[in-house]
Amino acid sequence: MSVTTPSKLQKMIDSGNLAVTSEVGPPRSADGAIIEHKGNLIKDHVDAINVTDNQTSVCRVCSLACCIRLKLMGLEACLQMVTRDRNRIALQSDILGAASFGINNILCLTGDHQYFGDHAKCANVFDLDSIQLIQTVRMMRDEGRLLGGFEFEVRPQMYIGAAANPFAGPNVAMRVSRLAKKVAAGVQFIQTQCIYNLDKFKEFMKIMVDRGLHEKVAILAGITPMKNVGMAKYMQKRVPGLEVPDEIVRRIGGVPKEKQAEEGINLAVEQIQELKEVEGVRGFHIMAIEWEEKVPEIVERVGLYPRPQLA
Amino acid sequence: MIKAVPKPLEEVLELVKDFTKVLIAGCDGCVTVCEAGGLKEAKVLASALRLYFTQAGKQAQVDETSLTRQCEKEYLAQLSDKMDTYDAVVSLACGVGVQYLAEMYNNKIVYPGVDTCFMGVNEERGVYSERCQACGRCILAETGGVCPIARCSKRMLNGPCGGSDQGKCEISKDVPCGWELIYERLKTLGQLDRFEKPVDPKDWTTSRDGGPRKIVREDLRI
Repeated sequence: MSVTTPSKLQKMIDSGNLAVTSEVGPPRSADGAIIEHKGNLIKDHVDAINVTDNQTSVCRVCSLACCIRLKLMGLEACLQMVTRDRNRIALQSDILGAASFGINNILCLTGDHQYFGDHAKCANVFDLDSIQLIQTVRMMRDEGRLLGGFEFEVRPQMYIGAAANPFAGPNVAMRVSRLAKKVAAGVQFIQTQCIYNLDKFKEFMKIMVDRGLHEKVAILAGITPMKNVGMAKYMQKRVPGLEVPDEIVRRIGGVPKEKQAEEGINLAVEQIQELKEVEGVRGFHIMAIEWEEKVPEIVERVGLYPRPQLA
Repeated sequence: MIKAVPKPLEEVLELVKDFTKVLIAGCDGCVTVCEAGGLKEAKVLASALRLYFTQAGKQAQVDETSLTRQCEKEYLAQLSDKMDTYDAVVSLACGVGVQYLAEMYNNKIVYPGVDTCFMGVNEERGVYSERCQACGRCILAETGGVCPIARCSKRMLNGPCGGSDQGKCEISKDVPCGWELIYERLKTLGQLDRFEKPVDPKDWTTSRDGGPRKIVREDLRI
């Protein structure tokens, strides 16, 4: 966490305040106004807005263009980049492009396999993986060098993030090990997979703290409010690496249909309140999937609004 | 070994239906082991084609043979005497054999009779699975003897990704997570310390990314 960048997100985290980030999903058309609209919905309630990169391998407006749009609106963007679709030439090129517009946050991901998306027959790239992308950004920023060896003057000032999934296999200890590898590669903040099994997440964080890793990387806990019981069941059964306990499905399903969305928000609020107390949690990443308008309410209800204004 | 599967009969029929003299050329190498393109399969395919032509009321000659290996000129040369008597050849060798046969008999129509799939093992009769993608720079010493390039769906060198679930890959419950296999093997071998060291980006020049590959072993050349 030592390298300081102009990132406002980094400033918030380093100040000791709980950070709040959220994400917007780009449209599946050339309609740029949608990103503007989504950005405006959440801008006063978050410290940075992630833009997803063709999430679940569905082709959309590119993350870079959307981040530039948010930046031009005066907002703090976080460029999500997956290594599935671009080789190291294209990845580094996009990093330089983002930095040339003053984008200072990047989330380094490998990305879902294209099998899930709308172009299952495509070739994939995977020239690098997420950890190698972290290494690459760090080299570009700290050494002013490309992977090919070329040295340059104006360096991308990126606050480097990545994801972590405490719930994927084979066990929590290995998931901490993998995160330790990201730390060794140079990651500074982590936005986790959506958390529904709080006990398992706490177990993960305990190992992080025992190993002292929580001091080397800022963990933003991932929260996704459930819209209805259908979504809860879908996430429980269909999303790989996601753990939704039965009690969550029962709770959302236990209220009348018209009240399920409200119950989903209540649940998200309770989760954040509980996770605030977990050692090592430095903030929250609220992923309200196609439900961005609910982010302000959640942030307000958990007492994280107004956002601190840092000089 | 190289693993292949027979092409559907309809696809082969479509290729050869307008010819009257067709040779089915099997290969005694890899495709015999995986029962896709040996002499036995050549005979079966030739019989099926003869039946088709008979039923279609067409006079046609379909012969079968099998060569020791179709990836070597010496064996391909064994066909030189009779090649002129055929309109077309269906090679049941892997893609390597099909091409070498076509290269040697430049004016002859040569069609593939199998789909070449991968380099893999025989798990049991009729079950084959991939193990190597011939990247040209073996890293198995670092990964507990399990190849992440061949066995991780995202060929990650620093896996597993967040999609691994109960030992399975995110693409299918039938695909083991390559990185969980690596992790478990490293644990068994007492080499888990390797797991937390980031592996640098790979040099892919020796893989297909470097263009068509060729080996010249001066020590072996006569």
